[in-house]
Amino acid sequence: METINFLITGVGGQGTVLASEIMAAVGLAADFDVKKSDLLGLSVRGGAVLGHVRWGKPVYSPIVPEGRVDYLIAFEKLEALRHLGQVKSTGTILVNMQKIFPVSVSAGEAVYPSDEEFDAALAKTSDHVYKVPAVDLALQIGNSKCLNIVLLGAVSALFDIAPEIWEDVLKERVKPKFVELNLNAFHAGRNWMKENM
Amino acid sequence: MKRLMTGNEAMARGCYEAGVKVATGYPGTPSSEILENMVQYKDVIYSEWSTNEKTATEAAIGAAFAGRRSITTMKQVGMNVAADAFFFSAYTGARAGFLIVVADDAGMFSSQNEQDNRHYAPFAKIPMVEPADSQEAKDFVKIALELSEKWDVPFIYRTCMRVAHSASPVELGERVWDDEKLPDKWVRDQEKYVCSAMWAKKKRPWIEERMINQLVEESNNISINRLEWGDRKLGIIASGPVYHYAREIFPDATFLKLGMTYPLPEKLIHELADGVEQVLVIEELDPFIEQQVKAMGIKCIGKEIFSRYGELLTHDIELACAKAGLLDWSKVAEQRDVTPKDLPGRSPCLCPGCPHRSTFFNLAKMKDLIIVSDIGCYNLGALAPFHATDFMGSMGAGFGVAHGFEIADQLKTGQKIIGIVGDSTFYHNGVTPLLNMVHNGSNITLMVLDNSTTAMTGRQDHPGVPLTLMGKPVKPIDMEAFVRSMGVEDVVKVDAFDVKAVDKTIRDALNREGLSFVIVQGPCFQISRKAKPAPVVDINKCNGCGTCFKLGCSAIARTDIVDEKTGFKKSSVDPVLCVGCTMCEQVCPRHAIGPKAD
Repeated sequence: METINFLITGVGGQGTVLASEIMAAVGLAADFDVKKSDLLGLSVRGGAVLGHVRWGKPVYSPIVPEGRVDYLIAFEKLEALRHLGQVKSTGTILVNMQKIFPVSVSAGEAVYPSDEEFDAALAKTSDHVYKVPAVDLALQIGNSKCLNIVLLGAVSALFDIAPEIWEDVLKERVKPKFVELNLNAFHAGRNWMKENM
Repeated sequence: MKRLMTGNEAMARGCYEAGVKVATGYPGTPSSEILENMVQYKDVIYSEWSTNEKTATEAAIGAAFAGRRSITTMKQVGMNVAADAFFFSAYTGARAGFLIVVADDAGMFSSQNEQDNRHYAPFAKIPMVEPADSQEAKDFVKIALELSEKWDVPFIYRTCMRVAHSASPVELGERVWDDEKLPDKWVRDQEKYVCSAMWAKKKRPWIEERMINQLVEESNNISINRLEWGDRKLGIIASGPVYHYAREIFPDATFLKLGMTYPLPEKLIHELADGVEQVLVIEELDPFIEQQVKAMGIKCIGKEIFSRYGELLTHDIELACAKAGLLDWSKVAEQRDVTPKDLPGRSPCLCPGCPHRSTFFNLAKMKDLIIVSDIGCYNLGALAPFHATDFMGSMGAGFGVAHGFEIADQLKTGQKIIGIVGDSTFYHNGVTPLLNMVHNGSNITLMVLDNSTTAMTGRQDHPGVPLTLMGKPVKPIDMEAFVRSMGVEDVVKVDAFDVKAVDKTIRDALNREGLSFVIVQGPCFQISRKAKPAPVVDINKCNGCGTCFKLGCSAIARTDIVDEKTGFKKSSVDPVLCVGCTMCEQVCPRHAIGPKAD
C-alpha cells in the first residue's frame, strides 16, 4: 500500500508531541506498520515543533519525505504556512485557527502574515482545507489545553477506523482524571469535522 | 508483543535484556534519553550521569574490567572528550562486554560542529555497529556486547538523531543474566591491563591482526550484514536510517545492508560488485565506506553525486540519483512553490522565568567587553535581542579561551574580558581552565550562570545537585567554597532574579584587579515549574519605549495601542506564558508593569 504521511506542526506547549504519539499508536492498533519522528526546537516553550507520523505496509523512513505529506495537521497558523511546500497537491490540511506570535513579531522586528495571505496560500496548496476552531471547541468543553485532542478528533472523521480504537488509545495515554475531558474533546472535534466535510 | 519505542528507549531496553549492569554518560542531544530510560531498570542496572564523557567512559570501562557488561553514552562531540579514555582499550580489552554509544548529529540540530564519528573506529582500532531503527537499536546492543566479549575489545555503537528520536515497533524479550552474581575476585594481570609501552608494544601486532583478519571475517559472516538480492542493475551499500530512505526510493534494487560498519565485510562487498552492473554507496557525511570500497579496487558512485555535509534525506537522495540518471524523474517528489516568502522565524529563546535573562540583559548594555561564552541554554544570549557573546566553541572553553585573550595582551587595548560557563559546564570541563588561571596569575572576570541543573539537555543532575540519577541523596558541591579552596579570593554570589544587583555585581567585578569570580544563582524554571501571578501593564503609564522587549521574553508582546507622544506601540504581558519572574517589572523605567490589582 501507499504509505499515509502525517506532518504535525505547532509551537512548544500546544500538545503536539502527545498528538503524534497518539497518531502513531492508533496506526499500530489499526494494524499498520508505523514510524514516528519528533523534531523539537531548542526551547521548551515557544519553539517550533514538528512531528512526523507514517502509516503503511511496510514503512521505511521514520520521517515523511519532503513533498509527500498527505495530511498536514497544523496547531498554529504560521506553522501551517511554513510547511505548505511539503504537502502533495492531493493532500489535506487541517489547521487550528490560532495565532501565536514569535518573539521577533512581538518585538516589532517581523510581521505576522495577514489573514488574506493565509487564506490565499492555503487555497493555492490544496482543495481540502479544514479550518478547525479547535481552541473554541476546547473551551466549550472547559479546557483550552485539550485542543490537541480536538484536532485528532477532527482527523479521525477522515478515516475508516472505528472510534473505539481512538478512544482506547486515548484512555491509555492520558491520566485517569482527564479521560472524560479528552473523550469529550475527541468527539467535539470528530463531530465538527462530520458537519464540515 | 510489539511496542512503539524511540531508538533511545530501545537501546535502554536492549541493555536490560542483554544483562548490562553499569551504564554511564554525560547528557547531550540526541543521546540523553538513553540513560533517562535506563533508570526504569534501576533494580538491576546501575546508571549515573558522570561529570563528563571522559569520566563516564573510565567508570564504565572499569566496570567492564570487573566483569560487568557496561555501556557509556554521549553525543557526537562528547566522543572527543572521551577519546583519551578509550583509545587504550583496544590494548586492554574489556573482559565483559563494553559499548561506547555515540549519537551523531548530522545537520547540526544542536551541536557546535558536524563530525562523522565513524572515523574513530579505524583511528582507535575499535570495531563498530550502527542500527537503522528501534528494533535494531535494541538487538544490536546484545549482538555487540557478545562480540565485544568474543574478541576482547570494546565496540563503538554509533547512532544518530533519526534513530535516537524516531519511534518504530519493537519486539520485546526477557533479561538473560544472573543479577545476583557478584564479580569474580580480581586477579592482577599487568601485561593485559597496564598500558606501559613495554607491554602495549607486545600487543600491537595482535591488534592489527585481529582487525584485518579476524574481525573482517566476523563482518563477512555476521547476520546484521546482509545481501538483499533484487534487480541486478544497481547494488546499493547503505547503513543506519539512510538504508530505509534508500529502500523507499529503490524498492526493487539489490542492497548490501550494513549493521557492522567497521571493519567492512570485504567478501560481501566483492560479491555485491560481481553481481550487479553498478555499485552505489549512499552514506551521510564523509565518504567513509566509499573510500574503503574504492581501496578494494571496486568502482562505485558516491560523493560525486551526494553531499558531504548535512543530513542525507529521502528527497536529497532521489534528487541526486535523478540528476545522475540513476532514477526516473517521475519518481521524484514534486517541488511545490506554495509556501509564502519571508515568513517570520520562530527561533529559540530563553524560557519565561529563565534566570539567565538578567545576565544577558545587562551584558548587552556593556561596552568594550569581550564576552567569551560556552555551551548551554545561556548560549541563547548570542541571539536576539541580546547579541551579547563573542565566542562559543566547546565545553569549558568559556574559561579557557577567555584566558587566551588575556595572555595575548588584549586587556592593554582597554577592553575587558569576561569568561562565562554554566554550572554543569563548570563541573564538566571548566574546573581545569580555572586551575590553570589561578596557577598562572590571571587577571580577568569569570562567571558561572548557576541554574542548579543541566538545563538544555533536559535537566540532568551534576555534582552541584543533591540527587543522583539513581535517586540517591548526596551532598552537593558548594561552588563558592570549592572555588575559594582553589585559591580564588574574590568570589561573589548574586541572585539572578535581581536585575540591578546582577548589573552592579558584574560591573564591580570587572573593575577589580586580579581574578574575580561571580556566581549568578537562580534555579531553572523548568525544575520547580511553580509560576507566580503574572503582572499586568498599566496602559496609561506604558509609552512603548521597548525596554521590556530587551529581556527577550516570549511572554511580552506588543499591543496595537499606539502611544500618542512616542508613536510606539505599548506592551502587554501574556498571562498564560508569563510565570511571574518580575524581571520586566524591575526594568520598566516608567514603573508601568506591576501586580494585577484585585
